[in-house]
Amino acid sequence: MSSVVFFIAAIGVISGAIGVVMLRDPFYSVLALVAHLLSLAVLFLLLRSEFVAAVQVVVYAGAVMVLYVFVVAYVGGESGSLSERLRGPGPVGSGLRLGGAILGGALLVELLIALLGTGLEAINGQGAGYSGGPHAFGTPAYIGKLLLTRFLLAFEVASFLLLIAAVGAVVLARRRGGLGEEDEADRMTPLDLLRPQGTGTMAEGVGRRP
Amino acid sequence: MSIAWYLAVSAIVFCVGAVGVMTRRNPLVVLLCLELMLNGANLALIAFSRMWGNGDGQILALVVMTVAACEVCIGLGMIVAIYRRHLPIDVDELRELQG
Repeated sequence: MSSVVFFIAAIGVISGAIGVVMLRDPFYSVLALVAHLLSLAVLFLLLRSEFVAAVQVVVYAGAVMVLYVFVVAYVGGESGSLSERLRGPGPVGSGLRLGGAILGGALLVELLIALLGTGLEAINGQGAGYSGGPHAFGTPAYIGKLLLTRFLLAFEVASFLLLIAAVGAVVLARRRGGLGEEDEADRMTPLDLLRPQGTGTMAEGVGRRP
Repeated sequence: MSIAWYLAVSAIVFCVGAVGVMTRRNPLVVLLCLELMLNGANLALIAFSRMWGNGDGQILALVVMTVAACEVCIGLGMIVAIYRRHLPIDVDELRELQG
C-alpha cells in the first residue's frame, strides 16, 4: 500500500518539477509548482514527518504560492516569453539549453552515485523503528519540543531572518518618485509629540484650543 | 519503501531545478526552479531524518523553508522593482549592477 502511494506521489513530484521547467507561461509554472509541493507533502507524510508536511501545505503551497501568483499577475508573464519568442531558438540559445541539460544530467548521475552508491547499510533499509502516540517522531509536540530546547538558537535566528527579509522587501518594492514632493504639512516630526495639542492651528488663533 | 527511493526522487528534483535555473530566462521561473532545488534538498533531509529516527533533519528542513520564504520575499521585491523601472524582465538582459 505505501509503495503504491509512494509511486503516485513520486510521479506527481517529478512531473510537477518538469512542468515548472518546461512550461512557457510563468503562471502555469506556478500552478505546476503547487502540484509538486502537494505531492511532496504526501512523500513527507510517508516519511512520518506530519508537522513538516502540514507546514509545507499551509505555508508553501498556500502563502508563498499566493505571493507568486500575485507577482505573476502584476508583472505579467508576457515580457519574458515575448523576448524569448522574438529572439527565437537561435543557435546560441539552443546550444546553451543543450549545455544546461547535459550539465544537469551529469549532476544527476553524480548525485545518484553519491547517494545510492555509498554502500551504507541503513540507506537500503526501512529506517529507524517507529511507534505511534501523541509525542512520537515528527508530531507537532516533538518538533515544538526540539525547536524550543535544543534548536532555540536556530529558531530565533530564523525569526530575525524573516524580519530582515520583510523589511528588505518593503524597502525594495516601495514607490520611488512619480508622485511629486511630499506634502510638508502632513509630515509628523518628533516635535509634534512634545508641544501641547492644538498649538499652531486656526482654533488657537480664535482662542478655543482643545 | 526503502530510503534509497526517496533519495533518488530528491536527486531527480534537484537536477530538474538546476537545469531550470541554467536554462530559463524569466527571473520568476528562475526563482521557482530555486524552490525546486530547495525542495529536493528538503526531501533528502527528511529521508535522512527518518533513517536515523531523530528530528534534527526535520528542524533543518523547517529552517530551509524559512530561508526559502525570505528568498522569495526579496526576489519578488526585486522583480517588482525591476518592473517599475521598465527594465526588461530577462536575466540575460540584466547584466549591469548599476542603480
